[in-house]
Amino acid sequence: MNRILVIAEHAGGRLNPSTAKCVTCARAIPQAEVTVLVLAADGAPVAAQAATLAGVARVVHTDNPANAQPLAAVLAPQIAALAGPYSHVLGPSTTFGRDLMPRVAALLGTSQISDIMAVDGDRRFKRPVYAGNAIVTVEVTSDKIVGTVRVASFEAAPAGGNAAVESAAPAAGIPTHTRFVSVSAGKSDRPDLQTASKVVSGGRALGSAENFEILYRLADRLGAAVGASRAAVDAGYAPNELQVGQTGKIISPELYLAFGISGAIQHLTGIKDARTIVAVNKDSEAPIFEVADIGLVADLFQVVPELERLLGAG
Amino acid sequence: MKKILVGVKRVVDYNVRVRVKPDGTGVALDGVKMSVNPFDEIALEEALRIRERGQANEVVVASIGPADSQQQLRTALAMGADRALHVQTDSTIEPLGVARAFLKLVERENPFLVIFGKQAIDDDNGQTGQLLASLWDRPQVTFASRLELGEATARVTREVDAGLETLDVDLPAVITADLRLNEPRYVKLPDIMKAKKKPLETLSLADLGADTREHLRIVRVGPPSQRTKGVMVKTTEELVEALKKKGLF
Repeated sequence: MNRILVIAEHAGGRLNPSTAKCVTCARAIPQAEVTVLVLAADGAPVAAQAATLAGVARVVHTDNPANAQPLAAVLAPQIAALAGPYSHVLGPSTTFGRDLMPRVAALLGTSQISDIMAVDGDRRFKRPVYAGNAIVTVEVTSDKIVGTVRVASFEAAPAGGNAAVESAAPAAGIPTHTRFVSVSAGKSDRPDLQTASKVVSGGRALGSAENFEILYRLADRLGAAVGASRAAVDAGYAPNELQVGQTGKIISPELYLAFGISGAIQHLTGIKDARTIVAVNKDSEAPIFEVADIGLVADLFQVVPELERLLGAG
Repeated sequence: MKKILVGVKRVVDYNVRVRVKPDGTGVALDGVKMSVNPFDEIALEEALRIRERGQANEVVVASIGPADSQQQLRTALAMGADRALHVQTDSTIEPLGVARAFLKLVERENPFLVIFGKQAIDDDNGQTGQLLASLWDRPQVTFASRLELGEATARVTREVDAGLETLDVDLPAVITADLRLNEPRYVKLPDIMKAKKKPLETLSLADLGADTREHLRIVRVGPPSQRTKGVMVKTTEELVEALKKKGLF
């Protein structure tokens, strides 16, 4: 049997959907028994949410005031102290997991397997390299396997579970050398970019932060999240948390609407698991048309208002 | 002596579209342009600015890799680093081995700050900085977009999925650089000439005594699945029709 420990991501007492995706990855490992670990100041509410995920055998929460913010240096020694009975320790390949899991791996004496996109066996996984231009199959040879899960590659585990919940107090020294100051989150009444089923995204062609507003309006009409290319973020048209691509967010929505995005390989890496890609660009030679399911060579400033109008009519 | 240690990796240039070798052993690298990992350039730029503000005396760059890595170290010296360390090896060292070798360099050089790029654009692992911080038992701030140094602490803003997070850390600490930390300077020709005279020390992994045993074995390298090219429409109305057909509008 493989005992898999999944590290829950959560904020404000809510389980992040990335955790349900990690559970699906964990369940793809042969003979998996899945435990979810919640580290929090008060973990019971999040643990209760994790317990409803189908396929989770057990939820453990570790409550400590020091766990109020997800500081890698604080969480890692606690995870390592609890990792003993587990063959695999997995976290999401979000900024939370990418920060934390290598710190855990080092404590367990191994390298991390980053961005697992497919499970090929107990210790064999596929992952992308070179911005997704190649896929490597990796065999992990260390006793413990520590990995991050590329959340765009896995469906969320459905509800319907009823796992036992328990608490644990690991004996681990908690450092005080790292202190949380603040987090400035963007507007949150839109769907989360990483898990939204529809995403409206803009590139440098938007020309300004003011012009980006037309995409927010369209997104709100569609119930979509908003994304941006690196060029648009670098130019200050959109905040950093909207960046989609190799070094931003990797997403897999049902519908990705790209306006004025040329389609650099680093951007395409972030969207190639989208079900349907729509590209609107003035430049008929833009590389985004090579991957788009539906392409329209046109001025986005004409198309976006027309879309809004047609949506209103529909 | 207040030192900053910066990690520099030789990688395939970001403009190169790599091709997988037909035999599945790797990607074709013959004759391909190699560069300093772009995130490492940002890491180095930050270190240079700290030194130029008088908050550090020396910037030391280090690379672990084949003999040719010295080209990238020379580029780093031309950008303004004071000194380079080259840990020469022809084997591919996985992230934990690199972090263990860097820990040995840290013990030798005693820096108050170690800065890496947040990931290398070849293997996209994104873990060396965190591994080093963990082995060293020091703070880490990944994906940094702003760094303010105090006497014994640093205030660092990082790009996280929710937005921007700010942490205070005690020094020494490990920082990994994100895209928007700064814009690296261009190297000028006279600097390239000057860089040839700057010290570059070559070490072996055996000299350092770092354990670089393998935990991740590459079984095969294959091409990604390709998306098929779709249809082109001519008007917004046609676009809406096509989306309606797919049940997406």
